[in-house]
Amino acid sequence: MEHVFDHVTPYIGYVYPNETDFPWSQLIVIYPYITGLVAGAFVISSLHHVFNIKSFAPISRFALLTALCFMVFAPSPLLFHLGQPTRAFNAVITPHWTSAMAAFGYVAGFYLCLLILEVWFAFRADIVAMSKARSGIMGKVYGWLTLGSDDVSERALALDHKVARILSMIGIPAACGLHGYVGFVFGSLKTREWWSSDLMPVIFLLSAVGSGVGLIIVLYVIVSKFRKTPILDETMRGLLYVMFTGVAIVMVIEGLEMLEMVYKAREGIDTVMALVAGPIWAGMYIQWGMSAFAMLVTSALLVFNTHGKRLVTWLFLSGLAMMIGVLAMRWNVVIGGQELSKTMKGLLTFYPEMFGRESLFTVLIITICPYVLLVLITKLLPPWNEKIEPDHRVSEVHKLA
Amino acid sequence: MSIPDSKTEEAVALSRRGFLGLLGKGAVCAGAIVGAGSAIGASQVGSGKHAFQQNDQQYAEAVNNPPKIPEYNWNDHQWAMGVDTTRCIGCLRCMEACKMENSVQMDANHHRTWVERYVYLEGSSTALVDSQTDPKNIENSGSETKFRFDNRYRNVKVAKAFFVAKLCNQCEHPSCVQVCPTGATFKSKDGPVLIDTTYCIGCQYCVQACPYGARSFNQSRGTAEKCNWCYHRITKGLNPACVEVCPTGSRIFGDRNDPESPISLFIRNNHVQVLKPEMGNAPNVFYIGLDKEVV
Repeated sequence: MEHVFDHVTPYIGYVYPNETDFPWSQLIVIYPYITGLVAGAFVISSLHHVFNIKSFAPISRFALLTALCFMVFAPSPLLFHLGQPTRAFNAVITPHWTSAMAAFGYVAGFYLCLLILEVWFAFRADIVAMSKARSGIMGKVYGWLTLGSDDVSERALALDHKVARILSMIGIPAACGLHGYVGFVFGSLKTREWWSSDLMPVIFLLSAVGSGVGLIIVLYVIVSKFRKTPILDETMRGLLYVMFTGVAIVMVIEGLEMLEMVYKAREGIDTVMALVAGPIWAGMYIQWGMSAFAMLVTSALLVFNTHGKRLVTWLFLSGLAMMIGVLAMRWNVVIGGQELSKTMKGLLTFYPEMFGRESLFTVLIITICPYVLLVLITKLLPPWNEKIEPDHRVSEVHKLA
Repeated sequence: MSIPDSKTEEAVALSRRGFLGLLGKGAVCAGAIVGAGSAIGASQVGSGKHAFQQNDQQYAEAVNNPPKIPEYNWNDHQWAMGVDTTRCIGCLRCMEACKMENSVQMDANHHRTWVERYVYLEGSSTALVDSQTDPKNIENSGSETKFRFDNRYRNVKVAKAFFVAKLCNQCEHPSCVQVCPTGATFKSKDGPVLIDTTYCIGCQYCVQACPYGARSFNQSRGTAEKCNWCYHRITKGLNPACVEVCPTGSRIFGDRNDPESPISLFIRNNHVQVLKPEMGNAPNVFYIGLDKEVV
């Protein structure tokens, strides 16, 4: 008898028999999480590139690289999840346009290309300088990376800057589109009460910004500690403003969504409340607890006009809290939505697998990969505007940065 | 819901003829089921739980070399199904037949059709619901492949009870087709929603989108699965397996283009309902005798 319930999601009440085989697992939790980090990191980068906000200048190229690294791995959870991963491109070759999912290949592909282009334009001057400064294999690699364009005259650099800015401008609606699209994938399903909300794309987008800013704060502090460079107060204050705005709006909108659902009290609202109090209670506590923590801390930092080391410590903690809170929110949405049965008369409780193709182990690996890539890519393309000085030569390439 | 008085003489006569026919069929089916039941039991001992799963070679053969149906034109038919819940006795022969006919995974979590049992206890305004896949039912029968309800309400006072058979509704506006990113699942001209399993990428978006929980995912094939009204049978003029074996005639199948077909008569002579009409999917499975509690 035991084998019968091996892969079955336990439930209470009545659920449709096929629902006990959980369709979307933890991999689909980290997919919107990773794309969210991309969107948030890109926003920080754009604040400098597009709006020319000086306080973000020191981290704007780092944020851009972060966005690129996470974007490279954004489709991987989906590939691991597909029953037939080798057919993944069917959705791109013959897209079925009434499906939101058919747009994924195009949206993600477009955005990836845009990021690569923007990175190239933002780093071209450095690449040229390094192709001249480095010798051996790396010199050749940088030579190839210049794509034959080694003009670093003032006019050429101004053009680079302009193109990067235009790409960044296109990138803002593209990032919103990419993440709004992820929200649409869930929000447009009329079947699931927990997902079927017009606010879903907005919630996904705003929480994405919150988690992405959190990521940049956390990475900036950690990287600065490793590099033994000062953490700029002005930059941290700028990040604080964005963080506060993001977390404040997202909490209000998420609260409104819950309130609307409870207030409308459509058929099955009892089951919705049981879901919140039951299978996802821990997730809800983490999501709201972490958001409230970030909200309170950022508010306090603003009210007391905090600077210096105290700002760094507390902003780091609220950034981390936001990353954890948004991850919990993704879990609550993706897993919670499926734990609430389509019958509205039953609740399932999902237990993730530890090892296997679709398991927490896979999630862990996929989550680590972007960070590893980021370490490697910052070695290749140092984003910190340092002088490039091998072999007693100095190349000044950052006049415009 | 049905209004027997409104039936015409012919309809009554027809249903009598139908009943006699059913008796005959029932006798044959009963024999078949006894045989099949023991076959399931026997093969289960030998080869584990996927006793009736097509093997890979058979599957490949069916996919690569589909049977040709020379005189079938899908523009000529508009298939539909009816479920008379007042007739269903919950024997679950339909589930068993479906699993065997379509090589559905032989476990409690993948079904193309199932039957729900609704029980109002005395003094209660809501129904208790379960299906064969309820662990208690499986524990009672001792196997996932013995399709049986347990007798849990033996010692309590039941006010009202009935069974509702469920299957893919082959909707006019199918959510699954709408969300399929590749077009691997599509609405055929003659009604059923079909899946091209050689093109499905296994994203399970359709499983999410179906309001009726009619779709499942075949782990071993990596593609989606659902009822197709036994498309391989209906295109040859046969009834779907579940309709064929139903001993009480609670499942009605036919061509709506033929005004005298069982389904046309069923829809014409009864006040029919569909499941979850608010979803806007316009199902093609028509029910009589539904209740407010039916999900």
